[in-house]
Amino acid sequence: MIDDLYQEIILDHSKRPRNTGRLENATAAAEGFNPLCGDKLTLELRIEDGRIEDARFAGSGCAISTASASLMTEVLKGRTKQEAEKLFERFHELLTSDAADASDLGKLAVFSGVREFPARVKCATLAWHTLKAALENSREKVSTE
Amino acid sequence: MAHAVKSFDAAGIRKDFPILSQRVHGHRLVYLDNAASAQKPQAVIEAIRRFYSSDYANIHRGVHALSERATRLYEEGRVQVQRFLGAADAREIVFTRGTTEGINLVAQTWGRKNIGAGDEILITALEHHSNIVPWQMLCEERGARLRVAPVNERGEVEKFEFSERTKLLAMAHISNVLGTIVPVREAAAAAHARGITVLVDGAQAAPHMKVDVRELDCDFYVFSGHKLYGPTGIGVLYGKSALLEAMPPYQGGGDMIRSVTFEKTTYNAPPYKFEAGTPDIAGVIGLAAAIDYVNEIGIDNIDAYEQELLGYATRELEKIDGLRIIGTARHKAAVISFVLEGIHPHDAGTILDRYGVAVRTGHHCAQPLMERFGVPATTRASFAFYNTPEDVDALVSAIHKAKEMFA
Ligand SMILES: Cc1ncc(COP(=O)(O)O)c(C=O)c1O
Repeated sequence: MIDDLYQEIILDHSKRPRNTGRLENATAAAEGFNPLCGDKLTLELRIEDGRIEDARFAGSGCAISTASASLMTEVLKGRTKQEAEKLFERFHELLTSDAADASDLGKLAVFSGVREFPARVKCATLAWHTLKAALENSREKVSTE
Repeated sequence: MAHAVKSFDAAGIRKDFPILSQRVHGHRLVYLDNAASAQKPQAVIEAIRRFYSSDYANIHRGVHALSERATRLYEEGRVQVQRFLGAADAREIVFTRGTTEGINLVAQTWGRKNIGAGDEILITALEHHSNIVPWQMLCEERGARLRVAPVNERGEVEKFEFSERTKLLAMAHISNVLGTIVPVREAAAAAHARGITVLVDGAQAAPHMKVDVRELDCDFYVFSGHKLYGPTGIGVLYGKSALLEAMPPYQGGGDMIRSVTFEKTTYNAPPYKFEAGTPDIAGVIGLAAAIDYVNEIGIDNIDAYEQELLGYATRELEKIDGLRIIGTARHKAAVISFVLEGIHPHDAGTILDRYGVAVRTGHHCAQPLMERFGVPATTRASFAFYNTPEDVDALVSAIHKAKEMFA
């Protein structure tokens, strides 16, 4: 169902994305690109003592990728790098595996509907792939392809 | 539509295309992705089935009945294409895998021989990647320069500026994104006046308008079977005889040779020189059936009907608040790219699909053109003669649904 994909919270975050713009004194950053739809994303993080203190993103994308980036930056704050990496894996599972359990994913569980739209999985994971690159502290561009 | 083309029975024609009668997500399928690939009439499906069921064998070398039959059908297909394009001789028709391979073939044979350091190749700003990248590769290899004729706000190529060093003009006949019909005849005449060779990418034109390569006076013309209601994997390169004769071969192998010894190989004459290995025989049979089918309806009738459909669709889409059409050339084919305020094309495409409406979203293999118009992507509805005004209405109503969702 189309409403499973575009749930209220996703529409809300796509229309009013949180944590957008540049981050002063960022310590890690990465750029993501989805060549399929032209979505571009810059993610900046401020990591102190192994903990993500702040996260912001900028870029243009579809509702799914924008909402995903917005929700991701919200849930990242206060997490350790290890926790963030774990979250990346859990999120990826949620989108690709039917058996995935979303109980510990909180708000991110709204993306489970994306699973039924294989062409859109990359939209939802773009921000997360970009996060992974930022955590590895590479300034290189990542691509979903 | 107020003045539906008389004697054109799109509803009846739809019945020739078995795939169109299905429902998608509970809705009538409205297939508006014809610029990417067109659907196949029963006549094409049946011709391929018949060929494999009763006439199939490898061609050209067999003396047995099946091989002779298959060879005859294959070569009749070539004559069919020759007539379809108005070429002077069937030997000017080379079978390829598609438009992309046709362009690469010319780049690697004619191009390598004729493009040198400091030379220039002129393309236009509305090219598909397949008419950009092979030339970039060639330029890099030869130390040549790629130049681009710009398009105006409407998406028209206004001016082809040649230099002393321009050796080739390579241009689309119709833009797959904007629908712009490029004045290739005039451009070819201007190029020829300066001794410049001309290649036309006819991928979007061959299925939708009368093409006469002698009237256009282009040196090369390429198109794909799958956009012309034929099978995938087959395409055509037309080249003027004198050019094909002088070109080195493309790939080496069987069929493209006259004699082989370990010391020296002499090459076959065109078109065989460019058709190494067992070709897509069934593809040619299917393509010939597709051309038969198109001829039966009449390409001019198709063109006229699609123009009416384009007019209707343009008027209806323009009524939608926040919808902007990208590509408003005065001479246009039935391709409409648009963007919706506040809705990313990718989301629009997903929602339209849920209402049975198949459109394409993205950059349409034309990233430089997207940049020119300052959009990351568009939604594109591209029409064929089996589309109807009801299809347009379904598109419009699905767009309204998308707008409600994102309101
Ligand atoms: C204008 C144009 N040129 C070239 C191509 C490439 O055709 P093919 O993929 O069949 O080789 C296309 C198809 O999308 C096209 O629209």
